[in-house]
Amino acid sequence: METPYLLSMDNITKEYFGNRVLKNVSLKIKPGEIHALMGENGAGKSTLMNVLFGMPVIHQTGGFEGQVQLEGKVIRIQDPQGAMKYGIGMVHQEFMLIPDFTVTENIKVGREIGRSSILPLMDRVFGRDLDHMEWEKMSTDSRKALDSIGMMNIEEYAKVAGMPIGFQQFVEIAREIDKTGIKLLVFDEPTAVLTESEADRLLEIMRLIASRGIAIIFITHRLDEVMEVADSLTILRDGEFIARKDVVETDLVEIAQLMIGRSVEKLVDDSAEDTRRIDDDRIALELINYRVDMPGEKVRQINVKIREGEIFGFGGLAGQGKIGIHNGIQGLFETEGSVIVHGEKLDLSKRGEALRKDIAFVSEDRRGVGLLLGESIERNIIFSAMQVKNEFLKGRFIDRKKSRQHVEAMIKLLDIRCTGPEQTVGSLSGGNQQKVCLARALTLKPNILMVAEPTRGIDIGAKKLVLEYLRKINLEEGTTIVVISSELAELRSICDRIAIVSEGKISAVLAPDASDADYGLAMSGLSREDVSA
Amino acid sequence: MNQNKRLTLETKDSFADRLKTLLFDNKVMIVFALLCYGAFVVSGSQIETVLSEVFTRIARNGFTVLALLIPVFAGMGLNFGIVIGAIAAQIAVFATVYWRFTGFGGMMLAVALATPMAILFGYLVGKLFNKMKGAEMIAGLILGYFADGLYQLLFLVLIGGVIPATDPRFIIDGGMGVKNAIDLTGSLKYTLDRVQIIDLALGLFIIIAVITAGKLILHLRKKRSFEHKDWIIFAVVAVIYGLTYLPAIEKHLFADRVNLIVALPLFLAFVALRNLYHLYRNRKTAMPGFSRTRSIFMIVLAGVVFGLTYVPRLEALIMSVNLPVLPFILIAGLCAFNNGLLNTRLGQNMRTVGQSQTVAAASGIDVDRTRVIAMVLSTVLACWGQLIYLQNIGTFSTYGAHLQIGQFAVAALLVGGASVSKATNKQALIGVTLFHLLFIIAPQAGRELFGDAMVGEYFRVFVSYGVIALSLAMHAWQRKIRKEDPEFPDEVPSKPATALAHKVKEAD
Ligand SMILES: Nc1ncnc2c1ncn2[C@@H]1O[C@H](COP(=O)(O)OP(=O)(O)OP(=O)(O)O)[C@@H](O)[C@H]1O
Ligand SMILES: [Mg+2]
Repeated sequence: METPYLLSMDNITKEYFGNRVLKNVSLKIKPGEIHALMGENGAGKSTLMNVLFGMPVIHQTGGFEGQVQLEGKVIRIQDPQGAMKYGIGMVHQEFMLIPDFTVTENIKVGREIGRSSILPLMDRVFGRDLDHMEWEKMSTDSRKALDSIGMMNIEEYAKVAGMPIGFQQFVEIAREIDKTGIKLLVFDEPTAVLTESEADRLLEIMRLIASRGIAIIFITHRLDEVMEVADSLTILRDGEFIARKDVVETDLVEIAQLMIGRSVEKLVDDSAEDTRRIDDDRIALELINYRVDMPGEKVRQINVKIREGEIFGFGGLAGQGKIGIHNGIQGLFETEGSVIVHGEKLDLSKRGEALRKDIAFVSEDRRGVGLLLGESIERNIIFSAMQVKNEFLKGRFIDRKKSRQHVEAMIKLLDIRCTGPEQTVGSLSGGNQQKVCLARALTLKPNILMVAEPTRGIDIGAKKLVLEYLRKINLEEGTTIVVISSELAELRSICDRIAIVSEGKISAVLAPDASDADYGLAMSGLSREDVSA
Repeated sequence: MNQNKRLTLETKDSFADRLKTLLFDNKVMIVFALLCYGAFVVSGSQIETVLSEVFTRIARNGFTVLALLIPVFAGMGLNFGIVIGAIAAQIAVFATVYWRFTGFGGMMLAVALATPMAILFGYLVGKLFNKMKGAEMIAGLILGYFADGLYQLLFLVLIGGVIPATDPRFIIDGGMGVKNAIDLTGSLKYTLDRVQIIDLALGLFIIIAVITAGKLILHLRKKRSFEHKDWIIFAVVAVIYGLTYLPAIEKHLFADRVNLIVALPLFLAFVALRNLYHLYRNRKTAMPGFSRTRSIFMIVLAGVVFGLTYVPRLEALIMSVNLPVLPFILIAGLCAFNNGLLNTRLGQNMRTVGQSQTVAAASGIDVDRTRVIAMVLSTVLACWGQLIYLQNIGTFSTYGAHLQIGQFAVAALLVGGASVSKATNKQALIGVTLFHLLFIIAPQAGRELFGDAMVGEYFRVFVSYGVIALSLAMHAWQRKIRKEDPEFPDEVPSKPATALAHKVKEAD
């Protein structure tokens, strides 16, 4: 039977321990097509892709029902190896990189180039196991792959450990691009960790790849990206197939409605009355000649005063240093200069010092956020508060009732899609794991909350919840909030002031309603005066 | 954006910081070295005797300790299961001497018998470890005891009892079971230690000749191109072999030992040349793990040590040591093998599996197979190591020779500064040296201090097991805090300096 489709997945059903997360889902893609796969957190997108890629987690939990066809032929993919043989590549939502390896080693992992061994006959016995690794050739290849996605500034022989998260994402993409015979590439939320300009570059690259006849499945929560690059899209909701549409015949509003099943309002509802009193003399956090030696996100010199009770934003392009700011305060990298919290100097050489000073963090690093993947949602949420503040304790034991009440409230508040507080965090969808991180930081009821990329990987409905809640604790509890984000729209929707970081320095501190032009200039490291002069 | 500025991880740590890291990373080794020194001073032993005893013991055990490295590369931890390799060796040695095979030929027979057994055992152990991922070390330890039980059954009951064997030299008077000690004098004792240099030259020549012929045949069959390099290797080896016919050279080659005063400069030259080569290869762009200062330092150090050999007192000391040639060549060979392996696809797969089984599986690496191969290699090498050990001591206790080998080798490796997840040739060699030093000196020191050699002996045992316990506990603890402390990222990005330091270690 002739089919126009490169891949068609029909009636896929998958259960995790009796919980049906995919119900008769279908997915069809033509060669050279960019196909968006959309749905809320926990809709089943990653699961469907894991089925396609033959990930062990699928087979270890009882396999799946349904049928996968590639170029009209039914195929059975048992493991990632099989998927690769059929020319299916995947950039996973959770990073699949080895921190201790170099970029080249990571790009070539499992596909190293080798020269057959010096001893003849050995090849006969040992196959290609004894091939001598040709690192020079591999470096050249990696360089080519990196260059082809415009990543001239990643060294192919640097270690991945310590690289900014956006860079790591591009390393993964380079790895997939480097594979030959690729017919279908899956990108699971690649842009979630990228800044807007990086994301733009990625979209360009996707177009380029598609123009070579390679089909792309693109998972994202950013609707504008879908409208921009995708040819067609499939929408899932709660594990069910909702619709397949061509992008030309639909629009943003319809997609959003189909995804959520209701219509979406604006980003943040700001009807609550602002009764805060923000005083220029009461400073919550002051940075003086602050420098952080974080590779790829160096902070060169920052001086800023963040007032008590305000929501302060740090924006800017990737690699310019905004990510370094909170990582330095958290004590993860070497710093210089002073960090003053409520008039007291913070001793950054002691780890966890910031935490003891009532500063809580939500990291931008999805995998490194330090969730206890094997533990329950409940334990994850209350753990820090228990350790640092001795909360949720009755004598020396956990106060079950109090903790359960709190966790249930948090689950409802942030709309964490789960089977209950007992579910292990490792079995949550990516976006819901992010929400657990947030809940953990919020549980600390910190005096100062530093959140980096708070809505990364979170769907539009939940994004609104998160931003509104940040605003709510700011209003009601007086928490000083520092938001580090690559999404300007997000910063502008909740912040009182926004500092734009460029080349490790603050190029401007702007009001949220400053003009786009001002923001644009600040991002490129210029100010109005520079231009007019 | 600075499109052109590449992300480089340059080190900016001060010298003091780096020194601190260096000292901290090598803390176990340093403590042990100080301990050895203290014990040496107290014991009042003669340095000549101690030194030559140490080299004898390195020759005896070095190979076994090096056999531990491969599982560490593959992330399987310290392989307590090498006991099983030792058992294979002992069964083979028993069979060989029972059948009255002797000399170098007898040894080769033992190798031929032991190797397939070790491969089989290693395969089974690997399979088992795959079922117990994450608990390999415990499994290995228990498995060692279990294997010992089976071994006792074989030697105490089956041999003579079920398998017909009557030779009164080996069988207990009742006709069932093997005697307590097996004497290898006149059969296998020193069969490797006593191999003469001239025979080694012949052996090398034959091996290269066969390989070259093989390549030539493949070339003629158009399966592989024959390169200039192949001729050059053959020519060089042929010339070397030719030289052995010159009477002036030949008369030195009937020895089976070389004096340290000859071996040391060779070793130093090797170190210097190796570092020169690194300097040359990295002259344009420095690969991670390469440090110019370090390479230059090593070259200078080699020079200084060479200079020191001219100090009369030291010269006399060095001249007092003679090394058995073949065992040290085998040890060097194994070091080269370990390094070479890391440069093969298999080695790279092992490293990947060792770092993350998830990533390895997702990149199409057969994780289980890779781990089984690592175990097979380690078991076979441990088995050969035990053969080297047995032929050197010349008599072995049937029921005891293999027992402590796992703990001993592991402790030695740890003393050298290795950890459960990182180990290098250098650490293995330093470890054996220090460990044996304490072995030799402690009883003497005990006698001097407490009037009882046993006190020193107890102390030594206490220290060596303490090292194992401590480093296992530290490993477990580090894993625990990493997992348990949610405020700190799972993988704290290592600082550039430490990241590079790791690479340096790996490169060795
Ligand atoms: N290993 C697992 N064990 C049990 N349940 C799981 C497992 N992995 C995922 N799930 C469940 O399957 C459902 C779908 O998850 P999936 O990861 O596919 O969502 P998603 O659409 O990718 O969401 P997101 O946008 O947040 O990444 C979720 O309810 C999740 O809890
Ligand atoms: Mg997902």
